[in-house]
Amino acid sequence: MIGWLDAGPVVLILALGVWTVLARDTFAAAVGFIAYGLLLTLAWVRLSGVDVALTEAAIGGGLTGALLIGAATRLRTTEAAARAETPGPFTKVLAALVAALVAAALALCVLALPDPAPTLAPEVAANIAVTEVGNPITAVLLAFRAMDTLLEAIVLLFALIGVWSLAPDRAWGGRPGPRQYADPNGILAYVARVLPPIGIIVGMYIFWVGADHPGGKFQGATIIAAMWLLTIMAGLTDAPPIGRTWLRVGLVAGPLVFIAIGIVGAISAGAFLAYPDGFAKPLIIAIELALMPSLALILALMLAGAPQRMESE
Amino acid sequence: MKWALDIFTIVAVTAGAFFFLAGTVGLLRFPDVFTRLHALTKADNLGLGLVILGLLPRVDSVFTGFKLICVWLLVLLSGSVASQLIARAERRRETRP
Repeated sequence: MIGWLDAGPVVLILALGVWTVLARDTFAAAVGFIAYGLLLTLAWVRLSGVDVALTEAAIGGGLTGALLIGAATRLRTTEAAARAETPGPFTKVLAALVAALVAAALALCVLALPDPAPTLAPEVAANIAVTEVGNPITAVLLAFRAMDTLLEAIVLLFALIGVWSLAPDRAWGGRPGPRQYADPNGILAYVARVLPPIGIIVGMYIFWVGADHPGGKFQGATIIAAMWLLTIMAGLTDAPPIGRTWLRVGLVAGPLVFIAIGIVGAISAGAFLAYPDGFAKPLIIAIELALMPSLALILALMLAGAPQRMESE
Repeated sequence: MKWALDIFTIVAVTAGAFFFLAGTVGLLRFPDVFTRLHALTKADNLGLGLVILGLLPRVDSVFTGFKLICVWLLVLLSGSVASQLIARAERRRETRP
C-alpha cells in the first residue's frame, strides 16, 4: 500500500538528492549523501527488501559515506582554490549538454522497459528448495548467481589494490594512514573498548542468520570491519603494514576458497560453481564463512587508505 | 487488556514523537553547537526510548523485545559518544585563535 504516509519519505529522498548534488561544500555534500543513504534504507525496508536495506545501510550509506568524508577531508586544503577556478561558458554548456543527454538516455531506457518486466522469479522459487537455504536472497546470490558474487569479491580486492597503488614508493609495504593518538582515558578510547565485543557478536549474528533470514557476509563483515577501524582510530591498536604475509593470505583466502569450490563443482557436478546434490547448503556456508574474514579485511583496509609510513616512522 | 496495551502504545509512541519534534525544533532554533547537541541528545534518549517502550507490548517474542532494547542502548551509547566528540572538537576550535 502506497499511501500519503509514504509520500513524506519520497519527497525527502528526492529533495535530499537534489540538495546533495547542488551543495557547494564537499563535506556538506558527503554528509547529505549519508543521510540520503539512510533514507533509502528506510525506503527499502518499506518495500520489504530488508536484505537490500541492510546492504544499503552498511555499504551504501556507511562505508561509502566514510570513504567520501575521508576524501572531503583530504580535499579541504585545496577546495577554496579549486572553487575559485570557474569554468568558461563553453565548458559549462558542454557539461549541461552531456548531463542532459545522459539523463534523457536513462529516461528513455527506463520508459522502454517491458511491462510486466521479464522475470525468472517463478523458476527460482520453484527450484529454491534444492539449495536448502531459507533466505531466497542468499540462495540466489550463492547458488544461481554465484559467479556474480565471486566476481564482486574479486572486484573489491582490485579496489583495495587500487587504493594501495596510491602509496608513495618509500611507504610501499608500510602501514596505512597516519598513526592515531587519542586520549587513552578519553571517550573515544572508552567506546573503542566497550563497543567491539558487542559489534563482533552483532556482526557474526547478522552473518549467521543470513542463511535463513535477511543478513549475510557483506553486512556482517562491514560491522566487524567498523569495529576494527574504531580501535585503530582510538589509537588502541595500529593498522597492520600491508606487506605482512598473514594479511595478504587473509585477503585472498576467501576468493580462493570460492574458486576452489567452483573447480570442485566443475569436476563433480559438471559445471563451474555447481554444487553436487545434497551438498549445496554446507558448501554455501563454507563459502560464506571463508569470504567473511577476507571481506572484513578488505573493507577495513580500503577505509584505512594507502600506506603512508614504514615501521620505524 | 488488549485496548489498555493499545492505549499504552499510542501514548508512549506519541510522547516519543513529541520529543523528536522538540529536539528537531531545538536543533534548528538554538544558537550554538552545545545547546543544539543538548536538544539533539534529548530526542535520541527520551524520544527513541519512549517509542521502543511503546512498541514492546507488540513484539511476538521475548527475543525481539530484547533486540529492541539493545537498539535503544546502542543508540544511547553512540549518541552520547558522538555528541561528546563533537563538543570537544568545537571547544578546541573555540579556544584556538
